[in-house]
Amino acid sequence: MIPGVNSKKRQMCFDWGPGEMLVCETLFKKKEKEEKMLGCPFIYIVRKDIDVYSRILRKLFNESHGIFVGLQRIEEESTGKSRKAQLVRVSKNYRSVIRACMEEMHQVAIAAQDPVSGRQYSSQVSILSAMELIWNLCEILFIEVAPAGPLLLHLLDWVRLHVCEMDALSADVLGSENPNKHENFWNLPGNTQTLTELELKWQHWHEECERHLQDGTFASNPHLESLCKIMLGDDSALLEQKELLSNWYHFLVTRLLYSHPTVKPIELHFYAQSSLDLFLGGDSSPEPLDNILMAAFEFDIHQVIKECSIALSNWWFVAHLTDLLDHCKLLHSHNLYFGSNMREFLLLEYASGLFAHHSLWQLGVDYFDHCPELGRVYLELHIERIPLNTEQKALKILRICERRQMTEQVRSICKILAMKAVCNNRLGSALSWSIRAKDAAFATLVSDRFLKDYCERGSFSDLDLIDNLGAAMMLSDRLTFLGKYREFHRLYGEKRFADAASLLLSLMTSQIAPRSFWMTLLTDALPLLEQKQVIFSAEQTYELMQCLEDLTIGRTESRDLEGQRLQDDDIETTKVEMLRLALARNLARAIVKEGTLEGS
Amino acid sequence: MLITIHSNSLLSLQENSVSLWCIGDFGNLSSDGGFEGDHQLLCDIKHHGDVMDLQFLDQERIVAASSTGCVTIFLHHPNNQTLSVSQEWVGAHYHIGPGSPSYRSAPCTGIVCNSPEIVTVGEDGRINLFRVDYKEAVRTIDNADSSTLHAVTFLRTPEILTVNSIGQLKIWDFRQQGNEPSQILSLTGDRVPLHCVDRHPNQQHVVATGGQDGMLSIWDVRQGSMPVSLLKAHEAEMWEVHFHPSNPDHLFTCSEDGSLWHWDASTEVPEKSSLFHQGGRNSTLLAHPSSNQLNVNQSLISSWLSTDPAKDRIEITSLLPNRTLSVNSLDVLGSCLLCGTDAEAIYVTRQLFS
Repeated sequence: MIPGVNSKKRQMCFDWGPGEMLVCETLFKKKEKEEKMLGCPFIYIVRKDIDVYSRILRKLFNESHGIFVGLQRIEEESTGKSRKAQLVRVSKNYRSVIRACMEEMHQVAIAAQDPVSGRQYSSQVSILSAMELIWNLCEILFIEVAPAGPLLLHLLDWVRLHVCEMDALSADVLGSENPNKHENFWNLPGNTQTLTELELKWQHWHEECERHLQDGTFASNPHLESLCKIMLGDDSALLEQKELLSNWYHFLVTRLLYSHPTVKPIELHFYAQSSLDLFLGGDSSPEPLDNILMAAFEFDIHQVIKECSIALSNWWFVAHLTDLLDHCKLLHSHNLYFGSNMREFLLLEYASGLFAHHSLWQLGVDYFDHCPELGRVYLELHIERIPLNTEQKALKILRICERRQMTEQVRSICKILAMKAVCNNRLGSALSWSIRAKDAAFATLVSDRFLKDYCERGSFSDLDLIDNLGAAMMLSDRLTFLGKYREFHRLYGEKRFADAASLLLSLMTSQIAPRSFWMTLLTDALPLLEQKQVIFSAEQTYELMQCLEDLTIGRTESRDLEGQRLQDDDIETTKVEMLRLALARNLARAIVKEGTLEGS
Repeated sequence: MLITIHSNSLLSLQENSVSLWCIGDFGNLSSDGGFEGDHQLLCDIKHHGDVMDLQFLDQERIVAASSTGCVTIFLHHPNNQTLSVSQEWVGAHYHIGPGSPSYRSAPCTGIVCNSPEIVTVGEDGRINLFRVDYKEAVRTIDNADSSTLHAVTFLRTPEILTVNSIGQLKIWDFRQQGNEPSQILSLTGDRVPLHCVDRHPNQQHVVATGGQDGMLSIWDVRQGSMPVSLLKAHEAEMWEVHFHPSNPDHLFTCSEDGSLWHWDASTEVPEKSSLFHQGGRNSTLLAHPSSNQLNVNQSLISSWLSTDPAKDRIEITSLLPNRTLSVNSLDVLGSCLLCGTDAEAIYVTRQLFS
């Protein structure tokens, strides 16, 4: 329900964003006689990934990022046992991170003061617990690839961990005696016995139990008798103890323990299916978790991933699990129709979700880096859209782009920042950003701004910047001109007139000064021409005159074409005449000075 | 994340809140240097905008600089373990003033405290001098810089030193009226932005700065306008530099490249080979040839100002075992050092000099 929108009389339109949806009110068919009603003027942002904002889950994202990056760096050359051991370790690391979050969330759930949030946290705890359960099973079946003997052991541990855990979390006393029985039976020092030896041993024991039952040894005590039946793997006897078995997989493992302890992996799914059916007994239908586990027992990895994607609210789980399984070389390169494989697809989705967050986007970068097909493109698109609230954030983004030679993005981000700076009248910052991007065009823009300010105010602003341009001056011609022009003023202030004069002239003759500025430069030359001593030599004066002529010729031509206002003409003409006069006088003095014996 | 230490507690920010933690007793260290007792979150409080800088004003008060241009003093109440806002200067930094219709706030990038005074600088190139319990700024220098001011530190008490994004250090004297700096120092060549600055705890003329290219520079503000030494350090922006408050021959830097370095200039071992021969240590010395050094008659010549590369043996150690995301902030007190990273992790070491 979107507040403020009258869904009966109006329609809504929406558009997908990277992590959210924009919704607003609209009207698709405009009827001519439609009344003009005041509609809802707001645009709503609908976000799905509330998980991203949960404080505790952030730890999951951060820590798993570290594990993910470490996994990508595992040597490709290492094969066989050492590689498998490494992969198992990575899997256990992921699981321990999930457990840590679960623990913390559980603490918060207990401490929660209002029941609603308490329940929310508790449901998060059970989701995390389910995730760990599934991951653990996948680890046993797909990564550890436990062979026939130890398979049951692993499954026992798995069930024990989760049964105990769930019971502890719901503060019930663990009543099941069954787990304890296993210890004695599976006392295998050094595990030197082969599978067949084990099978034989077990067969003997089983037969003995059977004999006891048939002889009626326990007839006097119904409890002992049912215990014996249980130990023989009698399904109905087991099902009688249903309350102690919290779920069907607990039932499954118990069954296997007492009837088929040397079960092989390929046989698992038979028992799994029957256990599920027997346990549920037609009372209820399987839940999503049950389907996921069943798919795992059937060794259908793709089905597991598919079901998890549907059941879980964010991509974290499937992305990381799929990536790990991919490293175990278990996924067939299942090319999805838009070109990337499943692992990459999931990682891209997960990382895109991270980019919706104001600081977790940094984790997303590493994920994109490890998606060979589309990662780069995704990164390029996402990184340009991160809001640049502070310079520090912008610097981090730029550093990421520079490291990956994303020059287009660097230039565009620097341009945005430089433009912002110019709008805020922070010309020094603007220049700093143009230098970083090596953006000559923008540097020219900034210089023009300075020059404009000078023309308007008659003095330079931000002298600390212009005076200390250093090597940056070379970035653009306009910037060089600005620096040199300022230097001219400095020289004039220091009364080094000869140097100032030659600098001024060179600014025009070297074409570094923009034409539009020449008039200002020539006007600046006036006080030098009017000095008592002759500053400009004859040669220099000729050049100045040439410049003036170039300028005025251009002017007359344009005047003929356009037809100017009279006032402008007057001021311009006066200026030009003054200059001509000053130049002529100076020329005269210079010739005389150079002509005499002392002056040469 | 931002960190600052004051005795046993430390501050951190996460998800735009300021948090106060207790990292246990200094006295109880187990045999392997591990901690007795874990860190514990004492209290936290929401903060508007990103926390750009954080510092303890005194035992109970913390000053935070925000990306919204706001400067806030938080007060810690030890009885009920809460934090509350004690004073706030909203709009301390802005591009266009609140009077104008197109009001734009600017992030406050750095603060330095000397109770009861607080000096703040921001992206608007403005310097503010606040005093606790005074509603308005005691002194404001508008447009002190045409670029962003990244950090500020006190030199002698009425003087402060700022660094900006065009590679300049400027010294300001609050005793003087007017809006011009009393001195400007800069690197020649590229205008590399400077991000952090710290003053030597005992020698008020020695200052260290860190730049966008990861370069560490040591300056003597009394002489010349150039740095005394330039040390190539990190591969990316150096976010913070700190002299150890009681052991100033030790310097710490942290960077965007995910490393935290400990610079030890105290070693006097003659057999140690000079830095140029040490493999794996990424540092070159470009000493500024200054003959003025010989004329200094002080008995305590800072080891940081020594310009002879052969004698200069700075031992550099990287303190973080694995590469992490950017290390944004660090602080050091006694034998305890901590730092915060972009992976929302805080690393603490309490056996710094073992």
